[in-house]
Amino acid sequence: MISAEPRLKGRLTLGLLAAAALYLWSTAAIGAWPGVIWEGIPSFVRLVRGMFPPNWAALPVLVDPLVQTLQIAVVGTIQGALLSIPLILLAARNVTRQGWIYYAARALLNLLRTIPELLYAAILVAVVGIGPFAGILALTVFSVAIIGKLTSESLEAIDPGPMEALEAAGANRLKTIRYAVVPQILPAFLSYTLFVFEINVRVSFVLGLVGAGGIGQLLLTALNLFRYQSALVIILVTLAAVIVIDAVSVRVRQVLV
Amino acid sequence: MHVAFPGGVQALRGVDLAVRRGEFVAVVGLSGAGKSTLLRTINRLVEPTAGTVWFEGEDLTRASADRMLEVRGQIGMIFQTFNLVRRSSVLRNVLAGRVGRLSTWRALLGWFPRDDLLIACEALRKLGIEDKAFVRADALSGGQQQRVGIARALAQQPKVMLADEPVASLDPPTSHVVMRDLRRINDDGITVLINLHFIDLAREYAGRIVGLRGGEVVYDGPARDVDDAMFEQIYGRALKADDFRGAEAEG
Repeated sequence: MISAEPRLKGRLTLGLLAAAALYLWSTAAIGAWPGVIWEGIPSFVRLVRGMFPPNWAALPVLVDPLVQTLQIAVVGTIQGALLSIPLILLAARNVTRQGWIYYAARALLNLLRTIPELLYAAILVAVVGIGPFAGILALTVFSVAIIGKLTSESLEAIDPGPMEALEAAGANRLKTIRYAVVPQILPAFLSYTLFVFEINVRVSFVLGLVGAGGIGQLLLTALNLFRYQSALVIILVTLAAVIVIDAVSVRVRQVLV
Repeated sequence: MHVAFPGGVQALRGVDLAVRRGEFVAVVGLSGAGKSTLLRTINRLVEPTAGTVWFEGEDLTRASADRMLEVRGQIGMIFQTFNLVRRSSVLRNVLAGRVGRLSTWRALLGWFPRDDLLIACEALRKLGIEDKAFVRADALSGGQQQRVGIARALAQQPKVMLADEPVASLDPPTSHVVMRDLRRINDDGITVLINLHFIDLAREYAGRIVGLRGGEVVYDGPARDVDDAMFEQIYGRALKADDFRGAEAEG
């Protein structure tokens, strides 16, 4: 241990130097010097000034897009949760004993997870056209990946005792899953589903930026047309909705665990 | 009967054991002697690599997977760590003993026939914990949890009860309560095969003792004939204090 310490220190220094070099190289390439930010302050101030007073008259128009945004999140999350169920069981070593199925299910979950949700949305807009349908599909796939990965990992950590007891009592595979696995994993599954719902609400607000439906599309239009007063109202409504949904979801998850 | 595990470890060697209906047999031996393996080859939770398991004239090693599920339904099993679903209610845990006989779709939907509920309640009543039916399993004491485990096995209405170190995680008084429960089950005509480490419990409750050492049967005879010297031979060492559970009054 004593001899290992100086080596560890050397590695840390080396790592910090590498990070600094990477940072400098990247900022130089992008041209993101502190000076640029400084120069940008006046136009930022102008933008913020232009937002006041907020255009509350835009509020009634926002109701339908806001509801649609939340509907995209709800439908995407529920579809994703349902579709993740078979993958959760297949990607858990203690439930799926056939090695190749287990590895295939895990690989699929990992693959789905590598693609960011907005990229899914952009691709799906190209496939199914502009609108909320693309957003729903994107959130569905994303939800499957996250809920599937997290829940299958929790599943692998459950107490194996009840499974042995059910098997010994003559229960077949499905019955064993229903009576020994489901009751143990259900709270985690619901908790992860709500967690993903919280993420999906956030994502659904920006889905509009790639044309996948929701209130984000309005924000983009408002900014492009320099209607900053309306943009501020959209931002405030988004903020309020996210805060309320998070608060409720966190409460429910506390009850579950 | 032989059981060899992958990697060449031989858990059981030439075990030849015949248990008659209604017997109360204690299998004693050190941990690692093959007691758990022996019990699990009977309901084929462990597959024997050679030899046969006879159950009511049927060679279970040649039974189909479906037939094996039926047979397991007739063999109750209880465990050292109780193996309950801790977050589920006591009644739900006991009903799990009925799902073997239920059709798969009814089991998945949780539609238990009225009779199953009555059987489960009767099992709880027999063990004196019917008032705990709707309590979460993890809210019970160790002894009560083991009785839930026994009730679950009883709900199967089994012909044989396999008990794998059922009192190893319990204190002495509770151990005796559970052993008496098993004796009563035996009195009702159910064959009991129990793995025990504690020689005083084996002598007090079992009718017959089977000594296992290194996967081989080194003793098989009436419980009353086994003295300390015989136990030392089974264990291959001098007896120690923790080979005895102790009387009820202690602890």
